[in-house]
Amino acid sequence: MRTASCGTMESNDCLITVKTHNRLEIVIESIVFEQFGDQIEAVIKQTLALLNIKSLFVHVKDKGALDYAIKARLMTAIQRLEENHA
Amino acid sequence: MRRSLLFIPANTPAMMQNADVFEADAVIFDLEDAVQMTEKDAAVDLFTQFLNQFKLNNIEIVVRINGLDTPFGESDLNRIVSDQIDTIMLPKATVQSTALCEGLIRKIEKRKKMQKQIHIIPIIERAVSVIESYEIASFERVDGLLLGAEDLATDLEVERTEQGFEILFARSMVIMAAKANGIDAIDTPYTSTTNLKGLEMDSVLAKSLGMNAKSCIHPNQIDTVNHVFSPSLDAIRHAKRILEAESEATKSHLGAFSVDGKMIDKPIIERARKVIEKAKLWKIE
Amino acid sequence: MKNVLNRVVPEGFTPFQGANALITSKQHKKLDPIVSTNTSKAVDSISRLFDLIPIKDSMTLSFHHHLRNGDHVLNMVIAEIKKRGLKNMVLAPTAIFPVHEPLVELIKNGQVTSIVTNYINGPVADTISIGHLSDMLIMDTHGGRPRAIESGELIIDVAFIATPTSDSMGNGNGIEGISACGTLGYTMSDLLYAKHRVVITDHLVDHVKKVDIDGKYVDYVIQVDRIGDPSGIVSGTTKPTRDPIQLKIARDTIKLIDELGFIKNGMSFQTGAGGTSLAVALDLKHKMMERNIKGSFASGGITGFLVDMLESHLFENLYDVQCFDLDAVKSYQNNPKHIAMSASTYGNPMDDPIVNKLDVVILGATEIDLDFNVNVTTDSSGYLIGGSGGHSDTAFGAKLTIITTNLTKSRTSMVKDHVTTITTPGESVDCLVTERGIVINPRRTDLLQQLKHSKLNIVTMTDLYQKAISMTGIPKPIKLSERAVGVVRYRDGSIIDTIFQVGGKTS
Repeated sequence: MRTASCGTMESNDCLITVKTHNRLEIVIESIVFEQFGDQIEAVIKQTLALLNIKSLFVHVKDKGALDYAIKARLMTAIQRLEENHA
Repeated sequence: MRRSLLFIPANTPAMMQNADVFEADAVIFDLEDAVQMTEKDAAVDLFTQFLNQFKLNNIEIVVRINGLDTPFGESDLNRIVSDQIDTIMLPKATVQSTALCEGLIRKIEKRKKMQKQIHIIPIIERAVSVIESYEIASFERVDGLLLGAEDLATDLEVERTEQGFEILFARSMVIMAAKANGIDAIDTPYTSTTNLKGLEMDSVLAKSLGMNAKSCIHPNQIDTVNHVFSPSLDAIRHAKRILEAESEATKSHLGAFSVDGKMIDKPIIERARKVIEKAKLWKIE
Repeated sequence: MKNVLNRVVPEGFTPFQGANALITSKQHKKLDPIVSTNTSKAVDSISRLFDLIPIKDSMTLSFHHHLRNGDHVLNMVIAEIKKRGLKNMVLAPTAIFPVHEPLVELIKNGQVTSIVTNYINGPVADTISIGHLSDMLIMDTHGGRPRAIESGELIIDVAFIATPTSDSMGNGNGIEGISACGTLGYTMSDLLYAKHRVVITDHLVDHVKKVDIDGKYVDYVIQVDRIGDPSGIVSGTTKPTRDPIQLKIARDTIKLIDELGFIKNGMSFQTGAGGTSLAVALDLKHKMMERNIKGSFASGGITGFLVDMLESHLFENLYDVQCFDLDAVKSYQNNPKHIAMSASTYGNPMDDPIVNKLDVVILGATEIDLDFNVNVTTDSSGYLIGGSGGHSDTAFGAKLTIITTNLTKSRTSMVKDHVTTITTPGESVDCLVTERGIVINPRRTDLLQQLKHSKLNIVTMTDLYQKAISMTGIPKPIKLSERAVGVVRYRDGSIIDTIFQVGGKTS
């Protein structure tokens, strides 16, 4: 099981954990889930599409991170996942 | 021209999002000391994505990269030098590292087909850098020198004090080097975030020696620093009178003229022009 | 039915018609205060009192909140209601805090079916938001509640008056005794007009130093071990904020007040007890000292900071409706310039209250909208988190009403196109100060004129809203249930908004 994470639980940040997986699965916990849950999922999907990743387990613990922070934390987590393997 | 430069850790979204709220002239996104070793990758990713989403208007965007002698420095430059930033701040600068930095920046600008030319603010925080400061200041892309007194004190094996005698020579060297090259002399930050009186006194001292800006480590310091390093309303009024008198003198073909009984010659006129330029830039009047 | 702010008003209630509408037009009938005819007032216990009156199903019992989160009295009465299996009780405490958690059970089992209060947060608030209160929650303001009581709109059967020190006739005060809490402004209307007035004290003495509770209105006196926990009573004041954003907001607020010419001799001022309010008070103090300014009064809930300003001769008087900390209690005890006021004197719209003499008030908000309507009752998810307290009263009365808040907090914008719940109408609000700009209510053309050449960052509400949305993205609207759990009763008795049950939760 390869896993990596990035981010913090500070206000306006999120902690993203990624694991190798046989399909795409996104789990989101957020303090603004009702207002922005869909948007958070969309940003994650867009970022994965950009990186051409079709299967991954993504767990987001969000404390109100804006889109750019979600994208950045996800990208770093994925990079770290790849580095663990290499 | 800047008066205040605010350090902001580059790995904290909450602070980065508020970078332009505090009325500093420049914000220094810090990829170096403010970011742990294990988070250097996260900080660069966060910062680059941040620039994509946030357009910071009316504020100079400075990035303190990791030293070029570390595994991160060159990769920092490759990632962040772009039209979205203004200035690179180079830690522990020497003639050698400044030359290297400038060279790398030029290459990246060419490769990325950038519209902008990125400036450099080298940090003078080693004894050798103090000695080399004149040469460091002379590089084309360098438009300011920052004194880093805390690290310098370590290098000198001295204690930092409130009066600052131990850094007097370094301050003066940075000032001479900067002014000789027509660039900003930026003072070292004041380390107490609550003692605003102490900050004011330290800033006034720095200004009297010739510093024209000061870096800030906390938003609460900015108002004081901006105030100290801005021309006063009196200075602005006086400058206006000098320029008016100059224009009158020119009209009447008078060579020399005086204001309030003082002879006004070229350096004074130049100073007056600079004061007005600052007043306009910082919307003081 | 909708009111003039286009908000739903349940059947049977008077809709809000504007901040001035009913105050100028309404005939205010005032009941006569009821003097007690009881000569033997001592009662052994709360249980005995319940037998004596007797306290029955559906009665309205009232309490004050000067013991704040250290209060034991409401909980002791709740325990008695629980024991006796009484049903459909109406409780009218002036505020409800987390310490009142035992009330949750009685709400869920129907023993308490309606609540009238000015401020509510904690587990009881959540319980009501989720929908467990069978009948309505009525949220009054500090000034509106006395109006309701003295007009007979809110009839109180039994008023429980927690009194830190009392004699056997019910003459008492809040300055002496182990549960000292200072002034007792919120209980005065209950004392005069409730059918049965009960002093509960833990410090019975032969002779009281000061008579703030006049025994001639008191029917019963009960002595108990403890009426409250001192650490919870006098802990209302926080420290001034260290958060750089809040500090910037505080600095800009003072700059605004200064530019509008309000820092001058004779000025009057009110602010809250939270971190940002205290930072503003500190900044104001420095400016007043620099310029040798003496104000007329500071008012509201009194903190050690305001006491310090009084003792530094920056104000002639303090008008105190509640004490937030021990410094305030001591000052009230010792300084004749520190004057107590009842909630009625403070904010009753049918009188000429202190709020009408205020120059500047600085208030908070959980939300503010494009029309300047302010919400301090619910959060953006619809949960009850407070209530007007003195918000609507001071906003109405003050010459300059300033709201201070962050523009965004953790991906939530405080500026909305419509607030979830309206507490204070936009017409009472003059300025908003955020870290990203200051907004002046377009109704105040005079202020806009004064600030024409200002260097302050003055923007429109729409600018701020757009800026916030550009950062956070557009939030999906929160779905609230259609069931009304309560109403926000404006200070004149009309309903300014309805509070809805939060959707989706069941326990």
